[in-house]
Amino acid sequence: MKKILQLKDVSLTYQTIEDEIYAIENLSFYCNEGDFLSIIGPSGCGKTTVLSLIAGLLKPTSGTVEIDQKSPDPKTGNIGYMLQKDQLFPWRTIRKNVCLPIEIKKCKNQLDYKYADELLAKYGLEKFKDKYPRQLSGGMRQRAALIRTLVSNPKILLLDEPFSALDSQTRLTVCDDVYKIIKTEQKTTVLVTHDISEAISMSDIIIVLSERPAKIKSVHTPNIYGDTPIRKRESKDFGVWFEKIWKELHT
Amino acid sequence: MKNNNQFSANHIKYVKRIKKENRIVSISRFALLFFLLGIWELLAYTGIIDSFITSSPSKIFTTIIDLFINDNLLYHVGITLYETILGFLIAVAFGFIIALVMWWSSKIRRILEPYVVVLNSLPKIALGPIIIVWCGSGSKAIIFMAVLISIIVAVITMLNGFLETDENKILLLQSMGASKIQILFKLVIPGSLPTLISMLKISVGMAWIGSIMGEYLVSRAGLGYLIVYGGQVFKLDLVMASTIVLCLLATLMYASITFLEKKIIRFK
Ligand SMILES: Nc1ncnc2c1ncn2[C@@H]1O[C@H](COP(=O)(O)OP(=O)(O)OP(=O)(O)O)[C@@H](O)[C@H]1O
Ligand SMILES: [Mg+2]
Repeated sequence: MKKILQLKDVSLTYQTIEDEIYAIENLSFYCNEGDFLSIIGPSGCGKTTVLSLIAGLLKPTSGTVEIDQKSPDPKTGNIGYMLQKDQLFPWRTIRKNVCLPIEIKKCKNQLDYKYADELLAKYGLEKFKDKYPRQLSGGMRQRAALIRTLVSNPKILLLDEPFSALDSQTRLTVCDDVYKIIKTEQKTTVLVTHDISEAISMSDIIIVLSERPAKIKSVHTPNIYGDTPIRKRESKDFGVWFEKIWKELHT
Repeated sequence: MKNNNQFSANHIKYVKRIKKENRIVSISRFALLFFLLGIWELLAYTGIIDSFITSSPSKIFTTIIDLFINDNLLYHVGITLYETILGFLIAVAFGFIIALVMWWSSKIRRILEPYVVVLNSLPKIALGPIIIVWCGSGSKAIIFMAVLISIIVAVITMLNGFLETDENKILLLQSMGASKIQILFKLVIPGSLPTLISMLKISVGMAWIGSIMGEYLVSRAGLGYLIVYGGQVFKLDLVMASTIVLCLLATLMYASITFLEKKIIRFK
C-alpha cells in the first residue's frame, strides 16, 4: 500500500491579539491510497484546522504535512475540498459550477471540460446541467458539489461535515450516494464529522480526537460487513462499534 | 409553457381571480389619481381654494405646454438630465472602484473608515459655498454636488456587499488554488450584483437630490432653476409644472434601473 498522505508531529497555533490558541499539538497519522479515513472529535477541537493543513491553506507551526512526499499546495489541484452545505454559486448553472476548478487552473484544457461533462452524465446530472442550483433538490446539489471536487481529478478528497446542513432523511441517502461515487472513482478521502454513525458507516479508519488542543485519542478500523453505508448501518456489528466510539468520545 | 387545457379547473379559477385583482388595482390607481386631480380642479375652479397659491391641474397642464412651446422646456430638462446622469455615473463608477480598493486591502479600509464616516454624516449642502468658489456657478458645480452627495452612500453600500461574501465560498476557491484576483472576479463581484443594483437605485435618488439642490444654489437653467425662479416670482403654476416634469423624469430613471435588474439577475 502506498502512503499518500502523512502528517508528522504537526502542531498549529492560532495567534490573536488577546490569546494564543493551541489548536493542534503533535498530531501524526497517515493514510493509504484508496482509504476512507474519518476524523471525529468534539466541536471546536480543531478538525477543520486539520483539513486546512492538508489542503495547504494553513502551514503547520511545526511538523510536516506531506501528500505524495510533497508539502501540499492548493495550486496543484491535488485536493478536492467539500464544505458544509453545497456552496454552489447561485448565479452559475450546474455545469458552470462544476467547471469552476477548471476555470481557476492556469492552463485550461478542452479535455478537462470533456471530463466534467462525462462525470455529469455518469452521475445523472446531464439533464440538470443548464439549471441553476436553486432548481435542484438538496441531494442533487450535494452530488453536483461532489462532482465539482472530482473535476480536477484530485488525489485526496477532504469533506468537512458535508451533510450537516441536510435533514436526517436526506442525510442518509446523500451519504450513501456520495460514498458510492467516491468508491467508483476510487478516491482517497478524509472526512471530518461529529456524527459517530456517519463515521462508522463510511470509513475504513476512524481517528478520535481529544478536546482542544487536538491529540489522537484512539484509532479504529471498523471492518463492518456491507457494501454501502446504509447496509453497514443494518449490520449487527454497527451497534457495537457505535457504543465503543461513543464511550471514547465521552470520557 | 403549458396550454390552458392542461390545468385543473381550480387553477384556471385561481389565475382568473389573481388577474381580476390586478386589474382592480391598476384601475383604482388611475381612478385615485383622477379623483384627486378632479377635486383639486373643482376646488380651484369654484374658488374655494386660491389657485394663485395652489395652482390647479388644468393650469399646470397648460403651463407645461406653454413651457414646451415658448420657453424651451426641453432645454431645461436636458440640462438637468445631463447634470444628474453625469453626476450619477461618476459617483457610481468611483464609488464602485473605491469600494473595491477598500475590499482588497483591509489596511486601506481601516485608514479610510473615519473619513467615510465623517463625510457620510456631513450635510453636503453645507459645502455649497465652497463648491461655488471652486467650480464657479455653472453645471460643473452642480455635477460636483450630485457626485458628492451620492458617492459616499455608493461606497458604503457597495463595500458592505463585497464584505458580505460568504467566507466558506472564499475558502472553497482558495482550496482550488484561486488567486485574490480570481476570487474577486469569480465570486465577490458576481455575488454582489444584487447589491450593485440597490446601490444604483440609491445613487440615482441621491444624484437627483444633488443636482436639484445644486441648481437651487447656483444655476441659471434646469428644472431646479425653474422651480426656484417660479417660487421667487410667485408663479406657482411654474413651480408645480416643473415639479411634475421632475417627478416623471426621476421615475423614468428609476424604472430603467429596475429594467436593468430584471435583465441582469436571471438566477433568482
Ligand atoms: N483563524 C482563527 N484564528 C483564531 N482561532 C481560530 C481560527 N480558526 C479556528 N480557531 C480556533 O481554533 C479551534 C479549532 O477550530 P476548528 O475550526 O479547527 O475546530 P472544529 O473541530 O472544526 O470545530 P467545529 O466542530 O465547530 O467545526 C477553535 O477553538 C477555534 O475557535
Ligand atoms: Mg469545523
